[in-house]
Amino acid sequence: MNFTIDENGYYGHYGGAYIPEILRTNIVALKQQFLALRDDPDFNAAYDRLLRDYVGRPSPLYYAPRLSERYGATIYLKREDLNHTGSHKINNTIGQVLLARHMGKRHILAETGAGQHGVATATVAALMEMQCTVFMGETDIARQQPNVEKMRLLGATVVPVTSGSKTLKDAANEAIRYWIHYPADTHYVIGSVIGPDPYPDMVAHFQSVISSEIRQQLLSEEGVACPHAVIACVGGGSNAAGAFYHFLEEEQVQLIGVEAAGKGVDSGHTAATIATGSAGVIHGSKTLLMQDSDGQIKEPYSISAGLDYPGIGPLHAHLHETGRASFLQATDEEALQAAFLLMRMEGIIPAIESAHALAALEKLSFSNTGPVVVCLSGRGDKDMDAYIRAAPASFKNHQL
Amino acid sequence: MNRIQSLFEQKENKVLSFYCTAGYPRLQDTLPVLTALQAAGADMIEIGIPFSDPLADGPVIQESSAVALANGMNLQELFRQLKDVREQVSVPLILMGYLNPLLQYGVSRFCRDAAACGIDGLIIPDLPLEEYRREWQHAMEAYGLNMIFLVTPFTPQERLREIDECSSGFLYMVTTAGTTGGSIGPDEATKRYFSFIKEQRLNRPVMAGFGIRDKPGFDQACAYVNGAIVGSGLIRVLQQYPDKGEIVIRDFVHSFF
Repeated sequence: MNFTIDENGYYGHYGGAYIPEILRTNIVALKQQFLALRDDPDFNAAYDRLLRDYVGRPSPLYYAPRLSERYGATIYLKREDLNHTGSHKINNTIGQVLLARHMGKRHILAETGAGQHGVATATVAALMEMQCTVFMGETDIARQQPNVEKMRLLGATVVPVTSGSKTLKDAANEAIRYWIHYPADTHYVIGSVIGPDPYPDMVAHFQSVISSEIRQQLLSEEGVACPHAVIACVGGGSNAAGAFYHFLEEEQVQLIGVEAAGKGVDSGHTAATIATGSAGVIHGSKTLLMQDSDGQIKEPYSISAGLDYPGIGPLHAHLHETGRASFLQATDEEALQAAFLLMRMEGIIPAIESAHALAALEKLSFSNTGPVVVCLSGRGDKDMDAYIRAAPASFKNHQL
Repeated sequence: MNRIQSLFEQKENKVLSFYCTAGYPRLQDTLPVLTALQAAGADMIEIGIPFSDPLADGPVIQESSAVALANGMNLQELFRQLKDVREQVSVPLILMGYLNPLLQYGVSRFCRDAAACGIDGLIIPDLPLEEYRREWQHAMEAYGLNMIFLVTPFTPQERLREIDECSSGFLYMVTTAGTTGGSIGPDEATKRYFSFIKEQRLNRPVMAGFGIRDKPGFDQACAYVNGAIVGSGLIRVLQQYPDKGEIVIRDFVHSFF
């Protein structure tokens, strides 16, 4: 089974580049530049140095003793939450902004849901002296306010998006529209493994450092390069793509993606694309998406702004179709409970997105298996409001 | 020869085409808007199929799409409304729609039903040439539908030639970088681009669109190419005067003469 992209940008049936003609020149140039630089020693040296000295990589692979005991398994957390800016998003942002600089671009665009990708992009834009504009849905601006303030402090312009459901999908629409207006000197840094070819392949490539490190770290900790399973949350699917990447050809490794079920897969308030979607075209790529029988895109719902997206990367659609990866769903409530558990058992406040991956531990059994790696894609500072609102009463009354 | 080719045989310049959104401002307005446009002197009409996520459109057409969807417009309804359109409307009719709703309807079924209503051509802004060849060309040719591709100021010359070869009907020249609803200026860059297109001596007629909102813009375009398409401008007047469609359409169309 082949999980690499073909020359037209397809993973099996999914992918491609369904874009307005005006963006084609940009996309073609981007693909050429990416293919030329992905194996370029100087480019990679610059990229690796920034990941090490600026982001703080490698991120730890932390053995979680109390979680392991609770689930009767050997559980490791890949600590992407400890990266600079607080999530895995910066791995991709550094790569793309370096690429954009090579291409002579001066202005960086990004869409953001939870604000993690927006903050990562604003950060790298400041570092590399680029102008930065971030599109963010009004709904998300309200629920992720700290990240909005961070982006502004870093010098980015945050544009509130008022179309559609005012969330991640609409932010991507607006970023694409802006790019159509200013294609010449602007690069659009897509934050997930979505969008037209070459984005899914490029973002997966820049995120693949996650699984590359997992292999090395697991080898030194456990004496094996391959875990029994890798678990990651999936909105568009960039941290999952990065965590799966170097295990795709290792068939004994179970790859498990966890989608946001919102209020329940069948509740009508969900972002579980694999569970409820069908094939179509969204944001320039053929993939699975949530749509009605007329092909209109459905408004997704999740407590997690980062997973609140009606599509999924074409790589994941392909992994699902071929059976190479399995996809589970976790509700808002299940994610919250998993987050509270991690706080109390391991002393880590996870991003609500990453908490969806942790929630899968409740649904699966890993007793007498090899090690299980959960990608802890981000930290929970931005989710304090939601956590405080949802915390059980017993959490709030611990006074001496 | 279909109606688009006949039109350009009879009229080489000042071809005036309008865009309207199906099911806008009210669900049952599609047909009355078409007949009013023809009566007022439109040479050709593009009917927009509303979509939830219209990437190439500015706020005016986005808004009209959202209203049309809320009104209940979909492809089944549109083909019902257009079933007997050829009894009343004789100008070329083009359907303009984003890919996803058409894919869900089915490529071949969509082409069949469009052709059965007397539609002459299609514009699908997010369907690139490469995917057209793989998934659409066969069905469209089988049902005698013209494919109208967009070319832009950023389309390299070689690709312009390729698109010209593959298009039928005419080429849709996007005048300027941007979504629909902007405006073209008499600036040097725009003039250079118009001159460049004129000098190419393309096989197909060329219609300019995006940013043609009044007579000066239309006349400017017609100095270089065969005609122009007006979209957001018409939607704007329908938005302002939803109950006086026929009169405002007549006045608006006449303002280009």
